[in-house]
Amino acid sequence: MSKENFHKIDSFPHAHLLGIGDLSSHDINYLLDKSEQAIDISRQVEKKKTVLRGRTHINLFFEASTRTQSSFEIAGKRLGADVMNMSVSFSSVNKGETLIDTAMTLNAMRPDLLVVRHHSAGAVELLAQKVDCAVINAGDGAHEHPTQALLDALTIRRKKGKLARLTVVICGDVLHSRVARSNILLLNTMGARVRVVAPSTLLPVGIENLGVEAFHSMKEGLNGADVVMMLRLQRERMSGALVPSVREYSHFFGLDGDKLKFAKPDAMVMHPGPMNRGVEISSSVADGANSFIQEQVEMGVAVRMAIIEELVKPLNGDFDG
Amino acid sequence: MADRPVIIQNGHLVDPSQNIDHPTDILIKNGKIADLAPKSQQTGAPDGARIIDASGLHILPGLVDARVYVGEPGDEYRETISSASIAAAAGGITSFIMMPQTNPVIDDVSLVDFVCRAARDTAVVNVYPSASVTRGFYGEELTEFGLLQEAGAVMLTEGKHTIRNNLLLRRAMTYAKDFNMVISQESSDPDLASNGVMNEGLIATNLGLPGIPREAEIIPLERDLRLAALTGGNYHAAKISTSDSAKAVAYYKNNNHNVTAGTSINHLSLNEIDIGRYRTFFRLSPPLRSEEDRQAMIEALGDGTIDILVSSHDPQDVNTKRHPFAEAATGAIGMETMLAAALRLYHDEKISLSRLVEAMSTNPARIFSIPGGTLKKTSRADLTIIDLEKPWIMSEENILSKSKNTPFEQARFLGMVLQTMVAGRIIHNHNG
Repeated sequence: MSKENFHKIDSFPHAHLLGIGDLSSHDINYLLDKSEQAIDISRQVEKKKTVLRGRTHINLFFEASTRTQSSFEIAGKRLGADVMNMSVSFSSVNKGETLIDTAMTLNAMRPDLLVVRHHSAGAVELLAQKVDCAVINAGDGAHEHPTQALLDALTIRRKKGKLARLTVVICGDVLHSRVARSNILLLNTMGARVRVVAPSTLLPVGIENLGVEAFHSMKEGLNGADVVMMLRLQRERMSGALVPSVREYSHFFGLDGDKLKFAKPDAMVMHPGPMNRGVEISSSVADGANSFIQEQVEMGVAVRMAIIEELVKPLNGDFDG
Repeated sequence: MADRPVIIQNGHLVDPSQNIDHPTDILIKNGKIADLAPKSQQTGAPDGARIIDASGLHILPGLVDARVYVGEPGDEYRETISSASIAAAAGGITSFIMMPQTNPVIDDVSLVDFVCRAARDTAVVNVYPSASVTRGFYGEELTEFGLLQEAGAVMLTEGKHTIRNNLLLRRAMTYAKDFNMVISQESSDPDLASNGVMNEGLIATNLGLPGIPREAEIIPLERDLRLAALTGGNYHAAKISTSDSAKAVAYYKNNNHNVTAGTSINHLSLNEIDIGRYRTFFRLSPPLRSEEDRQAMIEALGDGTIDILVSSHDPQDVNTKRHPFAEAATGAIGMETMLAAALRLYHDEKISLSRLVEAMSTNPARIFSIPGGTLKKTSRADLTIIDLEKPWIMSEENILSKSKNTPFEQARFLGMVLQTMVAGRIIHNHNG
């Protein structure tokens, strides 16, 4: 009895990871602690656990992705799961099969985990309602990208030792960014001070009500920052006249050595990738001493291993028990 | 074969067209209202008459719904004219105007004729076709307003589209005026609305969904109103949803222009928060707005700025609704729940019953010049008998419409349609 209770407290009490919005600070700390342990596995010569042997992990990506998809694939494989990648292009979905039909088809193959990226906000949640296995949101429209926020938090926590009361600045296309939304939710939950810096056209309506301070100049926004997170500027956004040119955007909002001086000397520079060098970030900063961009990628695998294991493993217990 | 006379006794008649709101017996002969007798003058039933006892019940002129989408022709699996009419009868609606947004678009005399024939042969309520303003909704060439009217079209509208070209709209209003036809438009600026799927604001930002600003409705509405003032044409703002839209309409009304306005029952009953976690049955056009806007719609209905209330019945199947929110079709069915949802405003003492009847019956009949909306002597006996105090719960299995996309699933209502009559014949009877 007491053992059961203990398990309930020291565990992840969710069936899916659909967004940071569903998590408490306890859940986040728990996942970050688990991720720390996973880092060690990836640094061994034999990078393999067998805890998920015989489990089927499907990556279902409705949107092109190289980095996130391979990170999830490696994470699944290092835990011993059988990983399958399915890339569903938008056009084949339009041939008539609805998202739900696709989900039902995959569900019938009895996977243990679906990792889903979709171009529409809420799509992963919809899919999770229709399948019997665990679902991880690998990005849904401009809504959430929870594993990115968790890996960013892990990267920061390892360097700064904490998240609370740090000043974290998120710069760039917040309007279209699920990374920004997940990070804002996570950092607020953990008690960090969050700022966003962007031209007004790239900030969503009501952003101040999400518990962030909005700035329109890098000088003011970066002042005293502990962490600077740059967001990728999608070049296709240019067509919508949200910013007049790459040159102008880069001049005012691109992070270079001069602008970085406004932040604290030991400020961390982060970027979810892929970078547009010379647009939102200069090469000297991206490759400089303050950059944690490579570490983010490493932490990505660790965080994904931790969350996959948390969501899939409990079934094991059911079978054994 | 002449029907037996029918007398409805002991009921409370609410008919704003005659300023009646008191107990009245109604005698129906040959499908028409033969006599109305206030309680004090009741003389009993004529020989052989069928007696309906409406003690404790209210009798309303049948509702006239000026905005109903049907899938016939083209998408009969969503709704046919027949199935729509059965759903209408269950909601106390005895006449509706059918939107031209079908496949093909109703832009030609032969298609208007098709609708009239299909309605005559298969519908249990009166179905009036409307026609598009431009051929195929392309926004380029005007349709034949005069011939369409002769064939039976009662209104001109581009359905879910908004005419973009100012000159074309000016000419349409000017020309329609010669035939005394109303142009009814749902205003939405496609550039401002862009790829938006719900009301712009904090809730959209939280959900990561692209927003539609209120101005996407207000700016083209103000343009339409100005063109109505310029041309003197009859303009109807089909579905307004913001407080500023109501203000704009009020301004032009106060200056004696021929403008009228409507709103949908959804925008009186629901707000953007109801979308919850991406519930696609709440994806509507215009989008559900803030609570302040909803309250402004109730106020505008109460003070007469809004003339009519529509169901905006828009049947959508699973293949158009079971999608991620941004990819799902807009629209919700509504004929079966319009009256019940509107009665919430009566029970909450926000709007009087006679004002509701005016907005759902008297006014739409008057604005679009169609029979109905009144129970004056000699008028067609289209009416509905309701129990204002009967509670019920909306559940999917009871929906009569072919499509089930109601935003009122599991909603609790107070007030039920017990019987609906068209031309004196009972076409819906709640207890079988």
